[in-house]
Amino acid sequence: MSKYTEDDLREELKTKEYEYGFYTDIDSETFPNGLNEDIVRAISKKKEEPQWMTDWRLEAFRAWQDMEEPEWANVNYKKPDFQDIAYYSAPVAVDPNKTLDDVDPDLLAMYKKLGISVDEQKKMNNVAMDIVVDSVSVATTFKKTLSEKGIIFMSISEAIKEHPELVKKYMGTIVPQKDNFYAALNSAVFSDGSFCYIPKGVRCPMELSTYFRINQAGTGQFERTLVIADEGSYVSYLEGCTAPSRDENQLHAAVVELIALDDAEIKYSTVQNWYPGNAEGKGGVFNFVTKRGLCEKNAKISWTQVETGSAVTWKYPSCVLKGDNSIGEFYSIAVTNNYQQADTGTKMIHLGKNTRSTIISKGISAGKSQNSYRGLVKINPNADHARNFSQCDSLLMGNECGAHTFPYIEAKNKTAQIEHEATTSKIGEDQIFYCNQRGIDTEKAIALIVNGFSKEVLNKLPMEFAVEAQKLLEISLEGSVG
Amino acid sequence: MLEIKNLHASVEDKNILRGIDLQVNPGEVHAIMGPNGSGKSTLASVIAGKEEYEVTEGNILLEGEDIEELAAEERAHKGVFLSFQYPVEIPGVTVTNFIKTAINETRKARGLDDMPAKDMLKMIREKSEMLEIDRKFLSRSLNEGFSGGEKKRNEIFQMAILEPKLAILDETDSGLDIDALRIVANGVNKLKNKDNAVIVITHYQRLLDHIVPDFVHVMYEGRIVKSGGKELAHQLEEKGYDWIKEEVNA
Repeated sequence: MSKYTEDDLREELKTKEYEYGFYTDIDSETFPNGLNEDIVRAISKKKEEPQWMTDWRLEAFRAWQDMEEPEWANVNYKKPDFQDIAYYSAPVAVDPNKTLDDVDPDLLAMYKKLGISVDEQKKMNNVAMDIVVDSVSVATTFKKTLSEKGIIFMSISEAIKEHPELVKKYMGTIVPQKDNFYAALNSAVFSDGSFCYIPKGVRCPMELSTYFRINQAGTGQFERTLVIADEGSYVSYLEGCTAPSRDENQLHAAVVELIALDDAEIKYSTVQNWYPGNAEGKGGVFNFVTKRGLCEKNAKISWTQVETGSAVTWKYPSCVLKGDNSIGEFYSIAVTNNYQQADTGTKMIHLGKNTRSTIISKGISAGKSQNSYRGLVKINPNADHARNFSQCDSLLMGNECGAHTFPYIEAKNKTAQIEHEATTSKIGEDQIFYCNQRGIDTEKAIALIVNGFSKEVLNKLPMEFAVEAQKLLEISLEGSVG
Repeated sequence: MLEIKNLHASVEDKNILRGIDLQVNPGEVHAIMGPNGSGKSTLASVIAGKEEYEVTEGNILLEGEDIEELAAEERAHKGVFLSFQYPVEIPGVTVTNFIKTAINETRKARGLDDMPAKDMLKMIREKSEMLEIDRKFLSRSLNEGFSGGEKKRNEIFQMAILEPKLAILDETDSGLDIDALRIVANGVNKLKNKDNAVIVITHYQRLLDHIVPDFVHVMYEGRIVKSGGKELAHQLEEKGYDWIKEEVNA
């Protein structure tokens, strides 16, 4: 073996720290910690919302007060003190009326560090982007190009003001205010997020993208995304997330609602890389997210997620297949390392006839982490000839991590066809040695094996995203063997 | 090329190799034979640098350089190749992707840039023709669902592409039918030249009819107990190993 000194080890560990863990010192306006009706009102006022929105928030808040945090997930953590979190933080330099050129240069420098220079995004990629830092949406590029097609892509705060009829009609219809503890909290205090509407028959010519970033200490991020694809339209939507490295846990409780009307298709891809905590399990983001989509007749919703970050993940992007012949898909890669815990999966609710769903879940566990797949396939009595195929594969690295699968199936219609396959495998020393012998070092060998394992899901991501996701998988698992 | 001096190695405190001496010069083919459990495959793994084996005594020199402190991939970069007795499966990784990674990692270690796609394609095409490998085979997951023969042919295909200085073929003949054996052996013979060397580990004479050795060594209980020319292999085929054991124990 080559010599591996203490210094080498230290050097190696240094380079393996969370790459996005910087904090940018930008002036922020942050509300005092704590949550009560006044704070909810203040958020609404700050955002100059109409009264109906304020009332909607308050209704959610009152419901939330009587709710309890769910405990059924296979995760253990110290529950956040909801009175010790600031519910609103905004970089003060942001003014929604300004153009990109007016954005705080520090903020722009931060995007550069994240590898998402807004200018470059604008010029080089065919990606329209909305960026949410802490609580506020700071830049929406490509607005003009999109508006020519009648596509609305803006922050949800703007949408509440500019398109209240759409927001009012759809918000909370798929994820009701009282859906669950975190969704209720989000409904009360959501500070920003993205809104997207694709008109009838329009195929969105570019990928729409939102980038989320928690910057300020002690703040929670509660963004809300609403995507509406009108009849016969198509949109592909991307979402990325990072946060600075901090010793304390940060809370992220988002809600995403997708509505695919007749014959519409929504493809929603997420690369989630919130700070996972350090190697000893200190710090990291609590990621408690409710994502759900509704499919009308012949519509299709496809969720693809690559989950590498967060200390604790609780997330089940789901599809309600209401319309006949509608299709729901869920493709997921969840990586846990060190002390990370993930409980993630999906729900496919078949209501309409001839509805079809596919679930491909790939869990990769390393270190002392716990990785659970939890999924529900529900076939309602009227859903004649519904079909589901589920495949849940787990890959283990080392002897101290865990992989769990909790598949639930409820079939109330005899014509349903449901298939479930599951495998568990371990990266073997023999596989590594085989690669080593061909000149491939251990880190690279693991990346190769993991990429092979995840291929079916990686292939579902848009090209540029797939490359980023592949890199992220490598970074997340560095140092996990040895 | 390869010089092994008084090599002792153990796994989990069990001594497997108990003093191996072996000298392999460029252009030579050496066969290592011996009964089951005599340490043949262990010797191959130790030369290739498998971590579980601990070298307790002795040296392994490759072109005069002591390599036993080097990691397996570093030895590979220096031109050591092992054709595995039981090649592992890597699901989702195609033969092409694996080969591409192996080539480029080796080039990187030698300070070279990635091989241009055009060159790689040309090389893969040439070598796959040489080993009568179907194009479809290249897009399959590495060794997944391969027959025994396909696995071994894939090993020699990789050898052809990586062009090692020292190739060790560990029981490459097992699981091959006559036709596959001929194709594999022809491949090895075409790759042989005056600058490289081959060590063939086998139980049987039949592979040695195709890949003719310059030297034959017999291993027993972790040592080379007899060496000779190719006629020694014929002797073993006729008489088995018992007479060797008797000689050693006498």
